[in-house]
Amino acid sequence: MNLRDTLVLSLSTVASYRTRSLLIVLAMALGVAAVVVLTALGDGARRYVVGQFSSLGTNLVIVLPGRAETAGGFPGASLGETPRDLTLEDARLVGQLPQVRRYAPLNVGVAELTSAGRLREVTVLGSTADLLPIRHMKLSQGSFLARGSEKSAQIVLGSVLAREFFPDGRAVGQRVRLGDSRFLVSGVLAPQGESMGFNSDEIVIIPIDYAQELFNTESLFRLLVEARSRTAIEPAKAAITHLLKLRHDGEEDVTVITQDAVLDTFDRILTALTLGVAGIAAISLAVAGILVMNVMLVAVAQRTSEIGLLKAIGAPASDIRRLFFAEALWLSLAGGALGFALGHAGAFVIRLAYPVLPAYPPAWASVAGVATALLTGVVASLLPAARAARLDPVLALSGK
Amino acid sequence: MIRLSAITRVFRMGDQEVRALNGVTLDIASGEYVSIMGPSGSGKSTLLNVIGLLDRPDSGHYELDGSDVTGLSETERARVRREKIGFVFQSFHLVPRLTAAQNIELPLILEGVAPAERSAQVDAALDAFDLRDRAHHRPSELSGGQRQRVAIARATILRPTALLADEPTGNLDHRIGAEVMALLEALHHAGTTLIVVTHDRELGARAHRHIAMRDGEIVGDET
Repeated sequence: MNLRDTLVLSLSTVASYRTRSLLIVLAMALGVAAVVVLTALGDGARRYVVGQFSSLGTNLVIVLPGRAETAGGFPGASLGETPRDLTLEDARLVGQLPQVRRYAPLNVGVAELTSAGRLREVTVLGSTADLLPIRHMKLSQGSFLARGSEKSAQIVLGSVLAREFFPDGRAVGQRVRLGDSRFLVSGVLAPQGESMGFNSDEIVIIPIDYAQELFNTESLFRLLVEARSRTAIEPAKAAITHLLKLRHDGEEDVTVITQDAVLDTFDRILTALTLGVAGIAAISLAVAGILVMNVMLVAVAQRTSEIGLLKAIGAPASDIRRLFFAEALWLSLAGGALGFALGHAGAFVIRLAYPVLPAYPPAWASVAGVATALLTGVVASLLPAARAARLDPVLALSGK
Repeated sequence: MIRLSAITRVFRMGDQEVRALNGVTLDIASGEYVSIMGPSGSGKSTLLNVIGLLDRPDSGHYELDGSDVTGLSETERARVRREKIGFVFQSFHLVPRLTAAQNIELPLILEGVAPAERSAQVDAALDAFDLRDRAHHRPSELSGGQRQRVAIARATILRPTALLADEPTGNLDHRIGAEVMALLEALHHAGTTLIVVTHDRELGARAHRHIAMRDGEIVGDET
């Protein structure tokens, strides 16, 4: 019996036991669909988080004053030891390092914004012109803080604030009061929405000198540094640490974190999570495999006399084995294909329901889901197929 | 040509041994028409199964068409069954899912005959057994006589040298049974060895050689 006839004959058998076949295919399909949908969710969550981080800036190195120390020393050992300020001069020198493309010092505080009788408390970012490219911000109107004009009283408004204070949409060129000083609106940020729990639509940005004066501080809140390339991130980190250690009397009193490290951690955690849910979903495939085995065993028992007949008219054991094998193959193939379609449809529905979540099933999960379905189906058919092939023709013909 | 010598087949029923065949020696020449008769449990079906290579004797030798088939492997026995033996059963043993034409086609598929040639041979068989208008009916839609004709068409499609029939008319009424026997005898006239197992005396008498069995032994062999 050749391969083509084996496949055709087993397909007609599968098709003739309609209910039985449909149920197995459905069980298989649900297993595959579960793998596809759950990995789509997991991978979607991963992409969402990675995307959120990337929106903060690329090749970003962040310098924080103070040292995150979690090891050694007994409580009180560091008492009286105040970390040195991270100053604008520090920032300027960091900016001259060869590994650094640009930098933006950052101060953050809260102040009252008033204009034309309106008043509200806003989050104030003090920085320089390079904050715009480093943080991937965009303007909808006007211009950002002018380069090299840290001393001029400019202010950039978040989109929501611009709308609230200037409903007519003409914010640029207007004067506003922030704290006790007057500022000229130079630009309005494009709406960006919330990113990492920080709504950039409701902030104002002013030059760093004004911010330090406003909040009465010499120390920076953060220093954002963009390395020249992805490979320059680690050298930049080392160079910044070295430079600031020299400037701070040999004391390593700043913390330098790279976004990549944070991102990698999240990436790893969420990839592990995705694999985990894929594994759980795969269990349902194993259950479907057991179902296939059970149904095939019942089929062998039901068709005993038919198997006897096939043997009587000259089918060798290998043909019988292949017939049952091919039946399982068809069932799991149909189940895998249907599950693939169901899973992708499910992921599509999730994307429709939650547009922020890029719930695309990863290719590996689709392939692995369908392959696992085929494998479990075929493995599950080994025992029933062998049992059918071993039947004694005389006993089988009499239905025993 | 069939040559059995000292064939013994023993079945275990619990802790008891039943000698279904007890030293059977029998020669059947090509083209003979033989009936095997005897009461239930006399071993006539077991003898037929051994001749048809469905069952393996516990001892003795079996020579078919000049070659020893006693020690053949299961796969080789399947091939010999396919090429040299045709079975006709009392209960027809048609595959219920397949149409009459598809049932007839089965041995050709097992043999690996190309599809175009298969359909030509099946068409010829459908005509020969007057099943043309029943070709696409399933067994459940066929009468008993039609079912047995499909079974005979299937048994003979590969032109076996021996046709083994176990109570071929057992499930048919008298008139239809006679038609089926006429069909089998026509095949015998065309040169096929015909061996019929039955306990119907009238049926057995139609054969040219009558073998009587009792308790696993041949007790009568007359022409």
